[in-house]
Amino acid sequence: MRRILPISVEHWTRALTRWDVFAILLVLGLLVFLAQASRGVLAPLSELQRAPLSLAPARLPEYAARTTLRMLVALAFSLLFTFTYATLAAKSRRAELLLVPLLDILQSVPILGFISVTIVFFMSLAPGRVLGAEFAAIFAIFTSQAWNMAFSFYQSLRTVPTELVEASRVFRLSSWMAFWRVEVPFAMPQLIWNMMLSMSGSWFFVVASEAISVGNTTVLLPGVGSYIALAIEHKSLAAVAWAIGTMLIVILLYDALLFRPLVAWADRFRFEQQAGVPPARSWVLNMLRRSGVVALMTRPAAAMWRRSYQPRRLDKPQGSTAANPARRRFIDVAWTALLALAVAAALVQVWRFIAQGLSAADIVQACLMGLATLARIVVLISLASAIWVPIGVWVGTRPRVTGLVAPIAQFLAAFPANLLFPIVVSAIVAGGLNPNIWLSPLMILGTQWYILFNVIAGASAIPSELRDCCTNLQVRGWLWWRTTALPAVFPYYVTGAITASGGSWNASIVAEVASWGDQHLEAYGLGAYIARATQAGDFHRIVLGIAVMSLFVVIINRGLWRPLYWYAERNFRLG
Amino acid sequence: MTTAAPLLEVHSIRQAFPKPDGSQLLVLDDLNIELAEGQIVGLLGRSGSGKSTLLRLIAGLARPTGGTITYLGQPVVAPAPGIAMVFQSFALFPWMTVLENVQLGLEALGLPQAEIRRRALAAIDLIGLDGYESAYPRELSGGMRQRVGFARALVVHPNILLMDEPFSALDVLTAETLRTDFLDLWGEGKLPIKGVILVTHNIEEAVLMCDRILVFSTNPGHIISEIKVDLPQPRNRLDPKFRDLVERIYVAMTARPRASPLAVPAAEKFRAIGIDAMLPRVSANLISGLIEAVAGAPYNGRADLPVIASALHMEVDDLFPVAETLQMLRLADIEGGDIALTELGKQFAEADMDGRKQLFQRQLIAHVPLAAHIRRVLQDRASHTAPKSRFLDELEDHMDTERAESTLRAVIGWARFAEAFAYDDQSQTFSLENPT
Repeated sequence: MRRILPISVEHWTRALTRWDVFAILLVLGLLVFLAQASRGVLAPLSELQRAPLSLAPARLPEYAARTTLRMLVALAFSLLFTFTYATLAAKSRRAELLLVPLLDILQSVPILGFISVTIVFFMSLAPGRVLGAEFAAIFAIFTSQAWNMAFSFYQSLRTVPTELVEASRVFRLSSWMAFWRVEVPFAMPQLIWNMMLSMSGSWFFVVASEAISVGNTTVLLPGVGSYIALAIEHKSLAAVAWAIGTMLIVILLYDALLFRPLVAWADRFRFEQQAGVPPARSWVLNMLRRSGVVALMTRPAAAMWRRSYQPRRLDKPQGSTAANPARRRFIDVAWTALLALAVAAALVQVWRFIAQGLSAADIVQACLMGLATLARIVVLISLASAIWVPIGVWVGTRPRVTGLVAPIAQFLAAFPANLLFPIVVSAIVAGGLNPNIWLSPLMILGTQWYILFNVIAGASAIPSELRDCCTNLQVRGWLWWRTTALPAVFPYYVTGAITASGGSWNASIVAEVASWGDQHLEAYGLGAYIARATQAGDFHRIVLGIAVMSLFVVIINRGLWRPLYWYAERNFRLG
Repeated sequence: MTTAAPLLEVHSIRQAFPKPDGSQLLVLDDLNIELAEGQIVGLLGRSGSGKSTLLRLIAGLARPTGGTITYLGQPVVAPAPGIAMVFQSFALFPWMTVLENVQLGLEALGLPQAEIRRRALAAIDLIGLDGYESAYPRELSGGMRQRVGFARALVVHPNILLMDEPFSALDVLTAETLRTDFLDLWGEGKLPIKGVILVTHNIEEAVLMCDRILVFSTNPGHIISEIKVDLPQPRNRLDPKFRDLVERIYVAMTARPRASPLAVPAAEKFRAIGIDAMLPRVSANLISGLIEAVAGAPYNGRADLPVIASALHMEVDDLFPVAETLQMLRLADIEGGDIALTELGKQFAEADMDGRKQLFQRQLIAHVPLAAHIRRVLQDRASHTAPKSRFLDELEDHMDTERAESTLRAVIGWARFAEAFAYDDQSQTFSLENPT
């Protein structure tokens, strides 16, 4: 007689492998971390006042856990947004008309702008509770992650190879099944790469969004960001150093526990297999894969998931719907009219809002300040390019140096540069330097690394035959730079510069105003304008500032970066 | 075997795509095909003859502009159960193992897990993939990948198997092995299929595999000839009857297009083309190469197309565009499956580089109206330059953007060789003079 056991007893050679032990510890650790970090979320706001933040380094692990949890929750929401919004945009021609330009604009809105505008709303969702402030912070992080993830997913969905689409249709996969078995896997490598980029960016904003102060509403959510705000207030350089150290560890852990396994796992989804590129490896992933316990726990979930793939029921006619073009055109026209109406209504609303509390002088002032910030960014990007392009080329053409420097550059890009601000600001205060000049470098402190690691990637992609040819023809010195190195890295440089420029606009809101204890520094610029309006709770000026900044970013993206990008792609892309 | 109603009927199918100027580009014109049980039907033609389009219509991946397709008495409006397909590029999912790829079609049917596993393993066994179950496609050679493609199609037990040039992405030896294995299984009745439609541009492959061959012509795609192959399997390429059939198909494929209602003078051996003709992208190197090959021994100016095709290792798809370009430039004449150099062609073969260029330039301007047109425009303009968009727009009145671009590229390539005019891709402008 067969005995029915409550556990699976098949394929077991040993009771537990060392991989199982590791995996169990990891899962337990995760549970404890979640319990710790989510404690106090439902507490009333007054709790925060009663138990104020402390600068004791012993509290930092807890704060770091809270900060990290916010990131994770926001990431989950970003994924949900990506899978719905981008899918709709890719599948419906009419939705695409609206959703894609909208996404493009949302990408240009300064992220800290979202928090200024929405905090009151989120606080009212859970009045008097910490939860409301948490919502606001998480939303701000979400806005720093979601847009480019959705964009990459949309583009992947649009470029699924025809033969795979045809195969999935010939074998009659339902659209739900095709989504999870074909489209999501195809999009996965790009999506994960964008998740990593998003994460790098959002460390910056998680720090900025924990210490929220809009008008009379001031909330310090327990976290690394608030810790550093407190450190600034107390002029404690030691505490700043502790926070920086903590963040270093957190980012390293995050990389090892989350992204490395993800990248290694997603390796099999890569569509083209470039020869010579070693597959990504991760010890965490190996551990999870080899652990029998993990396999045992995930098997029922996988089976459940498979059950959801219902067969295609109806044989709906597919392909060109040439059946009724007249009706199709009518719906198109109606849809366009509806969109136009919505845009007109929004325009009226915005006009009313602006007319209520703003004069023409305000608008002129905001634009002038925008020009000041623009000038700063232009100068800074040029400076950073002049420094990092030669260094990047030098590093990229030496494989051994590349192996050392490239990960460091990537890490520096992920590190929230605003943690370093207090050190610079205290120096400016101590030296009595001009804030208009010396606050500026802060804007590019965190974003310049994108230029560096992209240039390194470009230089290391120069085919060795091309380099041999240059050596053979004795092409050296300036001639080599002019004819080989600069053209070869140009497409990569443009990619890096686009990211750096976008990041700098975002950073300007934090970088153009700074304090050290009771001393406040302010530079003339649009970032400072928005920051000041936020502090004063002046919604008209917040909206005006954000609108002007978005406008600047859109114009620069469309007028400069996009043409430059295509020019580079057309003329200098190798291979 | 029963001789009941045919498995599949294709009835007066038309397929057209709208052109930018509002008129329609006809891709398939009035096609009628029947597939009976136990048959392998070959659709043979050059790329652009619409044979792959037709296969996709049968697979239910697209809808025809006119006409009907019936499978077992039911109209095909969506991918039908019982029609499976093997793809030219394999179309395997790189993130699934061999087993998962094969199981996919069964999972979509919602079968129980145990049955899925059993049938998938049986199909893998049948097609000779034992031991490869847990491999990912990237770990496999091209031949093994296409075996997975076959197993994935067969596992759903289709009545009809559609094959879209399934061996053309493989090397010669692998393709031959796979073809033989397939024919063996088919001959022994081990395959769960009742009929096969094979799309190919390889004439020998069609004669080797098919019971009936439908030869397609281009612009618009239509059937110019139907050839029954009665040779017993396994067929021998060196069998005189086999060679005979190959020769017959070459003749059919090189036959002059249907005579137009306006009677062409008998003396006019060459058909003049208009400015709106689509031009094949054939490099000047290939043109020179083919002329030299035909001019040299043992052909001495006249060659049998099948013979020279196999000598040069060129398939129909590679050879015909070059041969037709030669014909268009009056450097060679093609008829009855032969290619013969004209007097000019022989001169070209003997000339040095400068002489070739001059000769080529004369022929290009005389017989390719688009080239003559561009040159005239450049001469008429004071600046002797013109933007690319000017000519692209003109072409787009007659064809879609992609073809217009490709046609313009073809002319640019020839004009560069002939030094007829220059083109700068940076500024996208044509000019009369090359930079000096």
